[in-house]
Amino acid sequence: MSRPRKRRIRDWLSNPWGKPRFLAVFTLLYLLWSLLPVVIAVLFSFNSGRSRSTFQGLSFRWYWGDPNSVFHDPTLRGALSQSLKLATLTMLISVPIGVLFAIGLDRWRGRGSGSSNFLMLFSFVTPEIIMGVSLFLVFLKLLTLVHLGTTAQLLGLITFEMAYPVIIVRARLLSIGREYEEAAMDLGASPVRALRLVLLPLLLPAIFASLMIVFADSIDDFVIVRYLSAGASSQTIPIRIYSTVRGAPTPALNALASIMLFSTIVAVGTGLLTYRWLTKGERAAKDSALQSFAAQI
Amino acid sequence: MSRSTTEAGWGTRRRRARERAQEAGGVWYPRWFWPSFTVPGTVWLLLLFVLPFYAILSVAMGTVDPIFGSPVPVWNPLHWNPQAFTFVYQQTFLHGGIYQPAFVRTFVYVAVAVSLCLLIGYPVAYFISRHGGRFRGWLLLALIAPFWISYLMRMLAWVNLLQDDGLVNKALLSLHLLPTPRHWLEGQGLTVILGLAYGYIPYMILPLFAALDRIDRSLLEAARDLGASPVQTFRRVTLPLSRQAILAGTVIVMLPMFGDYYTADILSASPRTTMVGNLIDHAIGSPFVTRAAALVVFLMVLLIVPMLYYLYSTARATREAVA
Repeated sequence: MSRPRKRRIRDWLSNPWGKPRFLAVFTLLYLLWSLLPVVIAVLFSFNSGRSRSTFQGLSFRWYWGDPNSVFHDPTLRGALSQSLKLATLTMLISVPIGVLFAIGLDRWRGRGSGSSNFLMLFSFVTPEIIMGVSLFLVFLKLLTLVHLGTTAQLLGLITFEMAYPVIIVRARLLSIGREYEEAAMDLGASPVRALRLVLLPLLLPAIFASLMIVFADSIDDFVIVRYLSAGASSQTIPIRIYSTVRGAPTPALNALASIMLFSTIVAVGTGLLTYRWLTKGERAAKDSALQSFAAQI
Repeated sequence: MSRSTTEAGWGTRRRRARERAQEAGGVWYPRWFWPSFTVPGTVWLLLLFVLPFYAILSVAMGTVDPIFGSPVPVWNPLHWNPQAFTFVYQQTFLHGGIYQPAFVRTFVYVAVAVSLCLLIGYPVAYFISRHGGRFRGWLLLALIAPFWISYLMRMLAWVNLLQDDGLVNKALLSLHLLPTPRHWLEGQGLTVILGLAYGYIPYMILPLFAALDRIDRSLLEAARDLGASPVQTFRRVTLPLSRQAILAGTVIVMLPMFGDYYTADILSASPRTTMVGNLIDHAIGSPFVTRAAALVVFLMVLLIVPMLYYLYSTARATREAVA
């Protein structure tokens, strides 16, 4: 009974004419390995019991209702609001600076442009622990006007995230070229008006993509935010996970992590759909919104 | 008198420049126009990226207040005192140094984890870029998904699974692969290595995917037409064309792994798996802040070559894309 089935599977796997079956199975296993643990963790946030390994039924008690739930435990609620606050403000400040930076770097052909570019890219590849510790020391010893806590966290995150909008917007600038703007200026627009009325609308998809990427990335940030935090009031969700995961946490921790996951999904989904919608007319972009999104990470 | 002539001179020169640019079909901008766009970002980075480097050097070269245990930075480079560096150097390179095991361990863990990322990532990227077919979009989405899931959340997921009564032990016990539950989270090097590979593999797969996807199909067909077997085609065409991406992916995965301390903390929390990142993290909260700063500078020196290599290779890739 099992022998022919076994042979059928073997034949299917070794069929040289079709797709490489072995690789298909390998890829499937990889995707399971990569995503299933997280799915299980989200599932256990809906557990009605206290366990994070035995599922006892579906309930929302770890989100709402239980005294230890995300909504009713002030430390968890505080972490959630601190994460959202930092991510939103980082997004709103770093993206405008980054967009200007990108436009400037793309158009400026003089001396100094190379060093600015190098500085920005260097900040992009510097490992987070190096940046985190050095920012911690600079706020502790030199820029003492800034106290550790929300302000320091915000300044650190903006520094760390600024390179994303620069890279994304520059890629878009390369594909746009300068012709549209020059046409506008031939028709009498001033440089500033050409920028505002022609270039900025063309850059909108990239700006949206940057907003969402920066939001999603800074809500997940751990190292910098932790080094620049000060006490319980500036704890974020990742810090909360780090400090309680090895204790005896309840599924409320999973619920907190799941909420963070859901908000990232909403942010990225919105970004992706808006990006597709804004580049609707462009054939290349339409085929591969996802791909260009992927290339920009 | 002379002042007004220079002003007039400036005015005409400017007008002429504008006219010349317009005749050439281009558009004239004031000299300062584009550079001014980069001012906010550059100033920001100088203040909060370059200045901190100076601060960390000054702390590393400074002393510690004997009473409060807080660092006393020395801002004047002429008075820098390399004591902390000497300490870090000795403890790392001399026989029996207290930092030595962590450094060796970090190199081993990173080497194994990066190899795992490559060995698992390459076939996956290859399959999706070549044979994704109509599921390609979905497969790509699944590849990108881990990026948007917090690293800490992904580690939390594994802590759930690897608990003593977690699903991994339950599954292995019911399949009779283990006689008794294994303590996966108690200082097991294997768990940390797998955790690192799991955490950073998406950063490896995406550059590989992008490179493999760019390879022109006609090159592969040409190789096959000229009599190369599939294996030869892979070895002689596909692999060389993806070499750049392999190196870039290796570097981009390696850099954060060297500074990682939370994976070891979360998945093992034992001195048996201390990595360089843990040394830094422990020292920063102790009276030995100068050592933490010196370790960070040391790490930076170790990583500067791969960092510059990565910048160089991306710059070249951009130039090629433009050309």
